[in-house]
Amino acid sequence: MNIIVVGGGNVGYYLVKDLKAAGHSVILMEKDRQRAARLYEDLGDLVRQGDGCESRTMQDLGVGQCDLVVAATGEDEDNLIVCQMARECFGVKRTIARVNSPANEALFSELGITTTVSSTRIIFNLIEQEIETDHIVPLAALARGNLEVVSVELSDHSKMVGRSVGEITLPADAHIVAILRGDKGMLPSPKAILQAGDVVLTLVKTDRESELHHVFEGH
Amino acid sequence: MRIVIIGCGRVGSTVARLLSPTHDVTIVDRTSDSFRRLGTSFKGKRLVGPATDMDVLRKAGVEGADAFIAVTDGDNRNIMASQMAKRVFNVPTVLTRVYDPVRASVFQKHGIHVLCTTSMAAGFFRDIIEGNACDTFAEQLQAYLDASVQKA
Repeated sequence: MNIIVVGGGNVGYYLVKDLKAAGHSVILMEKDRQRAARLYEDLGDLVRQGDGCESRTMQDLGVGQCDLVVAATGEDEDNLIVCQMARECFGVKRTIARVNSPANEALFSELGITTTVSSTRIIFNLIEQEIETDHIVPLAALARGNLEVVSVELSDHSKMVGRSVGEITLPADAHIVAILRGDKGMLPSPKAILQAGDVVLTLVKTDRESELHHVFEGH
Repeated sequence: MRIVIIGCGRVGSTVARLLSPTHDVTIVDRTSDSFRRLGTSFKGKRLVGPATDMDVLRKAGVEGADAFIAVTDGDNRNIMASQMAKRVFNVPTVLTRVYDPVRASVFQKHGIHVLCTTSMAAGFFRDIIEGNACDTFAEQLQAYLDASVQKA
């Protein structure tokens, strides 16, 4: 693929090295002259000095012919405009924006930049997983993080122990997909009685995960 | 009208002073030092913070504001904040100063009034040189200048 990466900080630098090693044709744009010169010594002529928001610079790079633009600067405002300009001025179909403030992910999406990566959010989520209290652990994120599969291990104190699956009232948009007991997996028939130690796999919208705590917590 | 201005540079502070006697004005800047430009006559609110932060904009009262004016020194910051005001907070009137004519023409289409002062000055100078300057426009500029200086 022909890829243009805007922003030669640490993210852009390591990304370009990996993309090049993977056989892609990459250009790295860095606005700051000194930084660009240092990158040039290391990476050679795939480094260009210029502002990725300037349409002339991007045109000279042949942005119209590239398959993907990655905006990886440390400033959300620059990443947004780089992607919007690439799409609207040059018809680039695929853009990826680094989002530094997780709150901006929704905004970018609203403004047509649907593919975003927020390291702040990823680290935050990892920390949240570490400090999960009552054995509710997110296992997998689906649908770009909007849905997740969580596992709930029922403790002796869980108020669901001894009850049937049919009695459980889950938050809206949550479904029990399987119950693991020892090395056996069961589909969640409404009559199945839950035991302490059961692991209940539940599909839930990410923003409602916290509501599961109330369902499964102790008496 | 409730008006939120981001950027307390020359333009931001001047428009804030022009509007504050008759409107409810809040001005936002990254540093409190910039507010010195407002002088003593400014009656509105001052708020320190990054203008592209949703919480800062909310605190500035963008929710329910009648107009939003983006005049920081960064084109991208102005464009991003204006899109937030328009698309997230549904502010009816959003005005943005952008220096880069290309960016100005691209984002003009997004329901934002973009004023490209670069094109304005360049076009006006060309028109004077070529004898095409419109008298009413020149008079208008003089009137703006008088108002700004009077308020200083």
